[in-house]
Amino acid sequence: MSIDRRQFLKIAGVSTLLGLGTAAAVNGIRRDDVEASQMEPGPDALKAKRWGFVVDMSKFKTEEDYARVVHACHSIHNVPDYGNPKDEIKWIWKDDFEHTFPGQEDTYMAAEMKEKPFMVFCNHCAQPPCVRVCPTKATFKRTDGIVMMDMHRCIGCRFCMAACPYGSRSFNFRDPRGKDESGRPFIKELNPEFPTRTKGVVEKCTFCYERLAKGLKPACVEASGGGIVFGDLEDPNSEVRQLISKHYTIRRKPELGTQPSIYYIVGGNENA
Amino acid sequence: MLEKALDGGKGYWAWIFLLLAIIGAGFIAYLFQFNYGLGITGLSRDVSWGFYIAQFTFLVGVAASAVMLVIPYYLHNYKKFGRIVILGEFLAISSVIMCILFIFVDLGQPMRVMNVMLHPTPNSVMFWDMIVLVGYLTLNVVIGWTTLGAERKEVAPPSWVKPLIYLSVPWAASIHTVTAFLYAGLPGRHLWLTAIMAARFLSSAFAAGPALLILLAFIVRRVSKFDPGKEAIQSLAKIVTYAMSINVFFFLLEVFTAFYSNIPGHMAPIKYLFVGLEGHTRLVPFMWTATALAFIGLTLLLIPNTRKNEGILPFALIAVFVAAWIDKGMGLVVGGFVPNPFERVVEYSPTAPELLITVGVYGIGALVLTVLYKVAVSVKEEVEAGGAGEASHH
Amino acid sequence: MYDSGKIIAGLLVFVSIIAFPFVYNIGADIVKPEPKIDTPVIQQMAVKQCVEPKEFMRAEHMQLLNKWRDSAVRDGNRVYVGSRGDHYNISLQNTCMHCHSNKKEFCDSCHNYMAVKPYCWDCHIAPKENSL
Repeated sequence: MSIDRRQFLKIAGVSTLLGLGTAAAVNGIRRDDVEASQMEPGPDALKAKRWGFVVDMSKFKTEEDYARVVHACHSIHNVPDYGNPKDEIKWIWKDDFEHTFPGQEDTYMAAEMKEKPFMVFCNHCAQPPCVRVCPTKATFKRTDGIVMMDMHRCIGCRFCMAACPYGSRSFNFRDPRGKDESGRPFIKELNPEFPTRTKGVVEKCTFCYERLAKGLKPACVEASGGGIVFGDLEDPNSEVRQLISKHYTIRRKPELGTQPSIYYIVGGNENA
Repeated sequence: MLEKALDGGKGYWAWIFLLLAIIGAGFIAYLFQFNYGLGITGLSRDVSWGFYIAQFTFLVGVAASAVMLVIPYYLHNYKKFGRIVILGEFLAISSVIMCILFIFVDLGQPMRVMNVMLHPTPNSVMFWDMIVLVGYLTLNVVIGWTTLGAERKEVAPPSWVKPLIYLSVPWAASIHTVTAFLYAGLPGRHLWLTAIMAARFLSSAFAAGPALLILLAFIVRRVSKFDPGKEAIQSLAKIVTYAMSINVFFFLLEVFTAFYSNIPGHMAPIKYLFVGLEGHTRLVPFMWTATALAFIGLTLLLIPNTRKNEGILPFALIAVFVAAWIDKGMGLVVGGFVPNPFERVVEYSPTAPELLITVGVYGIGALVLTVLYKVAVSVKEEVEAGGAGEASHH
Repeated sequence: MYDSGKIIAGLLVFVSIIAFPFVYNIGADIVKPEPKIDTPVIQQMAVKQCVEPKEFMRAEHMQLLNKWRDSAVRDGNRVYVGSRGDHYNISLQNTCMHCHSNKKEFCDSCHNYMAVKPYCWDCHIAPKENSL
């Protein structure tokens, strides 16, 4: 019995598929011998239904106060400094009232207010547009409200950067482990306890999830001297909720429906 | 049938090698980008999408425009398009391939591109865009190849192709609608947050795509014995005229809404594009060039005498095509990022390697198109030369 | 057979390309890797054992690391309960590499032998011995 080319190709195709399928099935069974139930949160981990921040700018008095907070975050998270605005990566920084809260245009507002600095970072929105658009779930919302980045999974499409209405996201346009022309490394001093990123992925503030897991406050909170308070927004007795109920607070672009989890006390202690 | 692409004259091979050289240059530039990262481009944290994504967006339109031939021919039995419908389908194939490549070269981690399938995420428009693009590519490859094969054997296409052809009509609309949804669903990007984005995309696509197709038909007529037919070209030109008129109309609707409402956020990007913002005017000359070209092209198309004059028609079509390319290939994407979320103006312009990679991808598209058109035209020449002279025998 | 000359020449080229790696390595001095575990931390351990038995780790460490990765990053579960019931902090840099501080002699010796290049170290920082 002889077979023609058509039959041969059919048989070859089917047997290849069968072979691959069987291999995949066997692998699938074999891989599951480490149960997911063997993972649990640490005993000291801080828990919340929805983490949030209240920022009281009256507690920031000098340039040093801002710099200290930014440094606390950027140094422990190995945030590189490329020395140019095009490639810039930032997790927390300051901007003035006029640009942090656009849409509040007012010809007669005092210059002092317009130029008043505000700390800005990821809003960890309750309805995050970045999470909605991510095609790989590389950015996702945890059950405690933190909008997280899985750097292992990010393909670097930057859809999330287009979607974020707060400019909170930065992209690794080059290798953060590299050095500039004069041999200066982009990360001055590596924190050996935290990873860096690789070129081609998006990054942002992660609410210090790695510190919460150990029972520590976020780094910016710790360095802010009371200027940044964190807590559970869903808990009416939490410090953040107390502050929100006592003070007039605003959020960035609430009209977009993203429901930011950072509240800013305007005026602060002076007129509270 | 593919072997027909290996049989060509000196000019054909010179063109092929020119394209290969361009592709090679683009590939080398891509290796640099792969090695260094996207920092090699003009992109920044403020303008995070640029030339690549803009080309992708524009070419999705060119791909979708094949439907402007498929609808009259298959749904309305407009026989005059029978000769060129394959040119539209093959243009769609080459355009979708370029779209996929432009997304690929835009990725920061191209090696992880399969994550989109490993972790399917239906809430992401990007996921659906992948599905509709791959689907549209498959549809056009299957339909184009099968109908051309049938034409070669001078038999009717197999009956199972018909449903696929009907499916390709809404599918074409879907690729451009989904691509518009990439932009139109983002809060805080005022230029993009508009309900007629998909409609604008379709209208500009149905102007630019068929315009390119007519220009290609002129080239085919010049370099081969195959004539797509004067009447088919004129019918297509009318389609371009209607689509471009609608496109301009839609754009003016945007201008009205932004400026009559007087909402600063809605006006800012349009101001940036046409008069500049806070002294930043990089795109202004381009946008006015596009405006002038759209006006000239549309005028020449609207006047029957100039439209019917085949000496003038190509210039009108080039004007329309370039206008649409500037509008979507430069203005739309960059304008969406200016001003940035802090209402600051950060400008963007592509770098030399970025342009080289772009040209390289266009080179691949042109190569695919050349090969496919060569096959299609050879088949048509063979059939017209008395046909079946060479029975297909293996 | 038509074009037999061309076909045979083509086959010869094909076979020689395919066979090249085997021919090239004939007689080469290839030693089976022996990943070293003589780091200061491991030497001070009373019971020298990893988070799971050696055989499991040798065969399955990549799957385990993937699970650790997803658990820590995606689920926020930072503690691993091993099959022997003991608890470990889930962290490549702070747990694995705390003991296995000799990346070159431990990780790399096998990975180089197998010619695999895991992308862990694009981001995760290897212990001091390797950093410049």
